[in-house]
This record gives sequence, C-alpha cells and structure tokens, in this order.
Amino acid sequence: MSSAVETTSPRSAEAGHWGTEVRSDVHVAFEARDSGGVEISLESRVAPYYGSAILEQTREVLGELGVKHARVAIHDEGALPFVIAARIEAAARRAGIALGKRSLPEQHPLPPPSHKDRLRRSRLYLPGSEPKYYINASLHAPDGVILDLEDSVHRGEKDAARILVRNTLRTVDFGSCERMVRINQLPLGLEDLAEVVGESPDLILIPKVEEPEQVREVDRMIAEIKERNGIIRSIWIMPILESALGIENAFAVAAASENVAALTIGLEDYTADLGVVKTTEGRESQYARSRVVNAARAAGVQAIDSVFSDVADMDGLRRWGEASRAAGFEGMGCIHPGQIRVIHEAFQPTAIEIEKARKVVAAFEEAQNKGLAVVSLGSKMIDPPVVQRALKLVERAKAMGVIS
Amino acid sequence: MSASVNERVELAHNAVGRAVPTMVNGKPQIPFLGAGKYQPRARKAAPAICSNKDYPDSGDKRVADLETALRKCGLRDGMVISNHHHLRDGDKVALMALEAAARIGVKDLMWFPSASFPSQKSAIELMEKGVIHHIEGSMNGPLGDYCTQGKMRGMGVLRSHGGRYQAIQDGEVHVDVAVIAAPTADFFGNADGSHGKSACGSLGFALADSTYADRVIVVTDNLVPFPCVPWQIQGNNVDFVVEVESIGDPAKIVSGTTQITRSPDRLRIAELVAQFLRAAGIMKNGFSFQAGAGGIALAFVEYLKQMMKQDGVKARFVRGGSTKFLVELLQEGLTDYILDGQTFDLDGVKSMANDPRHVATSPFTSYNYHGKGNFASLVDAVVLGATEVDVNFNANVVTHSDGRLLHGIGGWQNCLFAGCTILALPAFRDRIPVIVDEVTTMTGPGEMIDVVVTERGIAINPRRADLLDAVKGSKLPVRPIQDIKAEVEKICGKPARPKLGDRPCAVVKWVDGTVLDTVWQVS
Repeated sequence: MSSAVETTSPRSAEAGHWGTEVRSDVHVAFEARDSGGVEISLESRVAPYYGSAILEQTREVLGELGVKHARVAIHDEGALPFVIAARIEAAARRAGIALGKRSLPEQHPLPPPSHKDRLRRSRLYLPGSEPKYYINASLHAPDGVILDLEDSVHRGEKDAARILVRNTLRTVDFGSCERMVRINQLPLGLEDLAEVVGESPDLILIPKVEEPEQVREVDRMIAEIKERNGIIRSIWIMPILESALGIENAFAVAAASENVAALTIGLEDYTADLGVVKTTEGRESQYARSRVVNAARAAGVQAIDSVFSDVADMDGLRRWGEASRAAGFEGMGCIHPGQIRVIHEAFQPTAIEIEKARKVVAAFEEAQNKGLAVVSLGSKMIDPPVVQRALKLVERAKAMGVIS
Repeated sequence: MSASVNERVELAHNAVGRAVPTMVNGKPQIPFLGAGKYQPRARKAAPAICSNKDYPDSGDKRVADLETALRKCGLRDGMVISNHHHLRDGDKVALMALEAAARIGVKDLMWFPSASFPSQKSAIELMEKGVIHHIEGSMNGPLGDYCTQGKMRGMGVLRSHGGRYQAIQDGEVHVDVAVIAAPTADFFGNADGSHGKSACGSLGFALADSTYADRVIVVTDNLVPFPCVPWQIQGNNVDFVVEVESIGDPAKIVSGTTQITRSPDRLRIAELVAQFLRAAGIMKNGFSFQAGAGGIALAFVEYLKQMMKQDGVKARFVRGGSTKFLVELLQEGLTDYILDGQTFDLDGVKSMANDPRHVATSPFTSYNYHGKGNFASLVDAVVLGATEVDVNFNANVVTHSDGRLLHGIGGWQNCLFAGCTILALPAFRDRIPVIVDEVTTMTGPGEMIDVVVTERGIAINPRRADLLDAVKGSKLPVRPIQDIKAEVEKICGKPARPKLGDRPCAVVKWVDGTVLDTVWQVS
C-alpha cells in the first residue's frame, strides 16, 4: 500500500478481467502519476463501434474521481458502460487514490418499492464479479435477483465487486424482479452496505447469522445510510441461517427487526457444521428446515428454502420444490435461470387447492355481504384461520398469474 | 483476363438502393431487380458431348494420382477448378487438387469451392504465388480477411448453395475441372457419401459440377468393387478416379455430437421461436420446417419436439442439415421424412445410410431458383441466423458490422422462400447491437424476412399482417422492431458506424444471379 510519504513514486494497480474466455468485462491497469496529465490506451474487441465512446467515458470517470495525472491501459471485452466505470474506479482506488470519491453512472429510474410480503418463489444468484449475467437476468423472470458479494466473489475481489454491484443497482433494469444483495459476513458486510445501500436495493441477505444482534447491527447501518441519503423506501432483510447455533436462534433472529421480511437457510454450511452429508432428499436437514418454517411463521415473516445445487436434475429440483412448499416454505434460491420455471411450478398451488380456496373466499364474501359473523360452506362452518389461508392462497395465485 | 480490383469499377444502384459493380471479373452483371423480377431468357449450359469410345470398356477410370488426372483433364492457365464442402473443415481434397495444379505449373486459376473453410487457409499462399487468381465461393477467417483487405486479384463472388447451382446451370460459371471428394466410390466413378471411414452424408453440393463440368475427377479413400451402391454421383459423368490414403480428417468432417446451446439467453430465444410456431398455428399436423445446426436451432428443435408431443402433432417432413436431434424426430415418429442437404453429426450420417426415410437431397431439388420450383418454398417455417438485421428486416449473414467477411451464404438465401422465415438472434453480441439502421451487407431483402426473435422480444414484419393477427392475444412478447432496437441501444449505447473503403472486393449474388450487394474493402 502506498502512503502519503510516497506520493512521488508511481502507484499502480489493476482491476477487472480480460482474455478470450472473458465476455462483457474489462481490465483496467492504472498507474497514478504526479504530472503529465491523463494518458489512455485502449484495446477492445468493439473498438470500431465504441472505441471513442470508451475513451470519452474513461476521461469522464477519471474526472469525477479527481484523477488529473495517470496512465490508464484498458483491455475491453465488450463491457457495458456501468462495468467500465466500476473497473476504472476499482483500479484507481486500489492504486490508493480517488479514495472517498465515486463515479456514479447515470441512474435508471428505480422500480416501485417492494412489499414485505411479496412473492419470493425464486431468487436468482448473480455472482458479484460476473457482469455478463446481469443485463438479461430479468428476462428469465425470477421473482428476485441476488447480486452476491459473498461466496461467489474471491476474497481479493470484494472491493471491486461491491463497486460493480453498486453500479449495477444504479443502472441495470431488473424489471419486476426484487433487487437483492447478499453482503459478506459481518464485519466485512458493513463495508458492503456502505457502498450499496445508497442505491436502494430492495432487500439485503445477511449470511451466517447466529445471533439477533447481527441483524440489528445491519438494520442500524441501513437506517443510518438511508437517512443520510434521504431514502424513504423500505430495504428488507433476509437473514440466512447456516449453522446449528443459527437454527437454535431462528425465532430470535426472525424477530430481530421489523425489517426482516423472510428467513432462509443455507444447507451447504449447515450440513458441514453438523458433519453430515448433504443429500438430494434432504432428510439430514429436515429438522432445521422445519425449525426455520416454524420460527418464520411465529415471527410473521416468510420462510424461504435453500438452493438445489444440481442444475441438470430438473426432476430432483421439482420434487425438492414440491416437498419444500408442502413443508411451509414460500420459495427457494436458484443458481441457474433454467431452474426458475420448475421452481415456480413447484410453488404454485394445485388446481384443487385453488378451487377449494375460491369457494371459501366466495362464502366469506357472501357472509360479509349479509353481515354474518360465521362463514359457512354447505353444512360446514369455516374457521377464521381457514378463511385467512384461503384469502392468501387466492391472492398468491393471482400474483403468480395462475388465475385472473 | 478478368478484371482486377485495382481497375476502376463502374457501379450502378440496384432495386434495394445498393451500389453494385456492373462488371465482375470481366463479366457483365445485372443489378438486383427485386425478388422475382428478373426473367431469364436463354437456354441452360451443357457440357460437350462425350463418346464411350474414349473411355475404357472395362469401366476402370483409375489413374495413378491427382496430378496425372489433372494433366489428363488438360488443366491450364486461367481455368476454373471446383471443389465441395461436404467434408467441411476436415476436407483434404481441395488443397490436394490445388497443390497438384501448382506442381503442374498452371497459373491464374479461378477456384470455385461450394464453400471454403479455415483449414484451407494455405490457399492464400497459392494466390500469392499466382496459382489461384481469385475465389468465387464463401470465404471466412483468413481467406475472408485476405479478400476484404483487397489483396485478391479478382473479385470474390458469394453465392448461395442454390445460386451456385443456378450459376453453373445457366452458364455464368463454366467449370473446367471438378474434383469431387468421395467417401466411397468404384472405379467407374459412381460415388456416395454415406459409407466409408470418411463418411459425411450427402454429396449434393457436387451434383451440378458432376453434370455440367467439362472434366470430372472423383477422389476416394474407400474404393469398392463396382457397383458402388447407392450412388449419388453417377460414374457416367466422371472422367477419372483417383485413390488416396485419406480424403479428410474424420474428426472435423462431422461432429461426434452436436451441442445444444447452454446459454440461458439463447435457450430463451429458441423457446420463443418454438412458442411462436405453435401460437401462429404453423405447428400443425403435416407441417414442415427447417433449422440449421447452430446452438439456438438445435435447442429450438428440442423445444418444438416437446410441444409437438404435447399437442399430438406430426410433421410430414423436416429439412436438414441433419443432426441427432432431427434423427430422433424421425425415429420417434414425429416426422415422416428428413430431406437432407448436409449431414452434421455421426447420428445423421448413420441414419442416412440406414434409414430410407432419411433422404439425401441436392441444391437442385432444394434450392435452385432457375428450375420448375424447388423444395425451399414448400417448407412451412425456417429458422435462420444472421449477423445483423435492420429496421426494415433486411438481413446480413456474410459480413461482420466492421465489413469483414465472416460467413458464406450457404442455403440461407434459398431458405428465405419458406412460408415463414424466422431469424433467431441475440439482441446484442459483445455490446454490439444486432438490430441496426441499415445492414452492412444486404444478403436477404426484408420483404422475404417475416419474424425476428430475440431474447428481448419478437418482431414481426409489418408486411405479415396475417402473422401479427395469428399471435394476437397470445402471451408472446411481440414488439415493433424499433422498440427492441431502442432498448438495446439504451443498454449498449449507439454504435459508431465503421468506415468502409470505396473499393469493391466481392459481390453478393441473389438466387437468380443478379447482384444484391457489394462487399467493400476494409481500410
């Protein structure tokens, strides 16, 4: 690392990726200088179309970062502007300059805020260092996308990834998907929050939660940043329980803040913690998963299942999803867009369930109209919890587009 | 002697507003007049009458080697020598023939392959040495660059498979010597592609040359006693037979397995295409379709197959390029026939050899526009690719947006005559939008392209009000092409238009032999 004393020597750093296997990314080699102005070199597979646009953007970004003297070598593999800006900023920061400065790309209008109890059948993981997956993610219509800063990002790439994720939240149109970010385990996760919360993600996933205080710490930091940035829309929290202790504290974690919208479980780490083998049937995690469902319901939040990691096994995924729904989960993670449709089908109520629920709802409405306190269907009296469940099921089925 | 690109070239504007040379390699040209507008008035070309007395009664036409055969054919300076691409990137025969010609010492040949492949890049050295004057046939990779850098002495002429047949049949190109690679042949010259260690499937691309060339040489690495059965090439058209150790690299002739794309975005495109055919009512009992062997096309076949099963629909025929995916349709009773133009994988080759319902076709039956009809217009739907498509649905399949030659036309132009022509394309590649204001090189006029399917939506050509009506009320993301273009430009930024040179280095022919567009030298 350079220090103030060393300002006379050049400070070099790089960020991003290039190579024949790399798509939609860019590599930036940055050398801070003390004089001589800005010198940019560019190699790009899209140079005939975007060469001058990239050079112009680079000058702009450097200007915003307050860089006056530097040599910047750009090796572009067809990166989109928000990626180029993020890589230049990351390289400059790594070179020890432009600290505390940001180059924020033009903002795409924010989608409407997400509701606490919205549909969360599927959430698609997008690695925080792989920009090529972002731009088309919403076309596959998951209920949510997770920009992941944790397990999919190499330890040495965390700084660059959070800048990229910040720019992504700011510019990429994710359609009607809930925009989620999985931060790192605390305390590193707090640095992630500092970079991304200003861009109003809809939900933050906190990994490896074991104590309610961890949730409260994240909640406080989110509140602070929101206030500083004048953000009023909600930013929900989904704690991930990934250890035996986490499961033991499930209810306390789920109830730790008003902003917790859902509780989920990470089975890779959980089974490792238990010292058992993770299977596609999942008998080894039955207790933990039931515990999560129960704790979530007790705290009035959604229970969301883990991921199914064999992307080729669609039948296995379907069975897992159906069992998961039957156990009380409302959704699960997905690691490939191909899983989304199967998951949505698995979490969809059956035609018989819908039919039954509609009858109950009709009976309830009739009773309401007649001013009756008791709802009855044929000769049977319907209990209020049954009515509530039917109302929710019909509303969900509508949201899923199963009925109109 | 043919014209050199260094000479001044006169240009005329054709019916789609493209500036095209009026003279190519010393021959006057007709600018494109519009689809179906050009009326040829002439008789077909024909080779000289031969006599059996000049051929051995034993039927044995073998000679020692290719050099001997070329000498006996009277190969000399300035002649046209042809080859075919049924062995694809594995072909060894074309270079064998050209190098033999070089040893004989002939110069200024016009090489007339049905397509060239990257493995044939040493043809560049033969052009440098003066053995080859220029190439009329698809060029890509190093050969394409050589052409678009303006280094070739003559102008490249790009034709579709059907256009190549038409050019030979109509006498626009007179083949002096055709050299045909044959996976199986007998000494009489009967030849076939479905058996032998270098089996490749159909030899259809060589059919025109075998019937119209002055001299025909068959080169095989699997000589069988007479008769070679079945025979797709008739020995009665063949002058000489040459036996060699190997005609090609089997690993590059056919893929062991053709691969479906794994890209979620491309799978989405493939599925949208299949959904479109279903929603538009095209997928119905007795229908027909054609799709290539690209990743999206293969995935499309898989999606369509599921839908055909769900709806209990059977096709009457499907057109190959065959792959195991088409073979499975045949075997599972989902189509009565495969009419196959070329065979891309081992399952395809095996099926053609063993299943009489898997039929070898040729550019004559399938694609030739100067005939009494062809199969292409009988196909209900075709799924094709392209490098660019413009807002008027004109499409480019030969050049990259920077003007470099990237692909041959293949059967692409010929397929545009299908009932419904669908281009299946990612909306952008490496930040470069696929939908543009104006294509770099017009390969297909927009009046013949009906639907563009991208991961961001389906654009239907406004000329096809019937298709727009047919899918009205479906859940398909049907959008104006300008909308998709605008959305992509918002993501990628509007690309600058690369500057192209003003010297023509190749022309694109339409299926009727008129000139559709010019490929300009890249600066």
